[in-house]
Amino acid sequence: MKTAVIVFPGSNCDRDMAVALETVTGAKPAMVWHGDSELPAGTDLIALPGGFSYGDYLRCGAIAARSPIVRAVADAAERGVPVLGVCNGFQVLTEIGLLPGALMRNAGLNFVCRDVKLSVANARSAFTRGYEHGEVITVPVAHHDGNYFADEDTLDRLEDEDRIAFRYAEEVNGAARHIAGVLNAKGNVLGMMPHPERAIEAAHGNDDGRRLFEGLLKAIA
Amino acid sequence: MKVRVLVSLKNGVLDPQGKAIEHALGSLGFEGVGDVRVGKTIDLELADGSSDEDIDAMCRKLLANTVIENYRVERA
Repeated sequence: MKTAVIVFPGSNCDRDMAVALETVTGAKPAMVWHGDSELPAGTDLIALPGGFSYGDYLRCGAIAARSPIVRAVADAAERGVPVLGVCNGFQVLTEIGLLPGALMRNAGLNFVCRDVKLSVANARSAFTRGYEHGEVITVPVAHHDGNYFADEDTLDRLEDEDRIAFRYAEEVNGAARHIAGVLNAKGNVLGMMPHPERAIEAAHGNDDGRRLFEGLLKAIA
Repeated sequence: MKVRVLVSLKNGVLDPQGKAIEHALGSLGFEGVGDVRVGKTIDLELADGSSDEDIDAMCRKLLANTVIENYRVERA
């Protein structure tokens, strides 16, 4: 499987993501600089990592979403290539418009950095097929702006279309309807605030994030 | 020419920063402060004759996120 990690100035989870992808797929991902305009031919999975691209200037993910590589990412998403955005990657995906809504400042104003419980709300997507519906998993979060916002009509639509992948099973950041991760309409783009790449082996404290990558591998292979 | 873009949160979008400021003003003894909202001012120096359409496009494409924000343009 050929994977690519997009690297923006200020990304800081790009290497964690690369290690997770290599651990699960057995192949090193291509690290693609934001200023490039093309992805490696035959890329099967694109990951947008966490971090603070462009120092969160203007809005989180706003400047990164206008990078040259984004056109190629959007084109690949349109063709059905899976795109995973974690934390800042999720913020970038909403700023690009590949996912609805926006990530606002945490309701408690504090940076939240700890393990949180998530419930799997949709276990049928390429990203979540490794989990059981309703299963509660533990995955770390580390963010200041993870408070998911969308208007009520959009939230209703996300629920009706089964596009909420994960919900917080505890209060974390004030996110609307406890949304921690959402899918696009086709189900090939997932944005989530928690970091599955930081929970893939016992040394991380738990490996609940690993099944996301293993599920993806099975879905693509 | 100088243009000022004022970006504000839409009604109904929770503004925790505004809430914190509201509480801080209250704790300083200022009474009757309510509904504090924090926005942004972006000043731009543009080529003379820049069109309203171009300025509006800048706002929609980058300066404001219209999912959560409104914007207003003031020409100096």
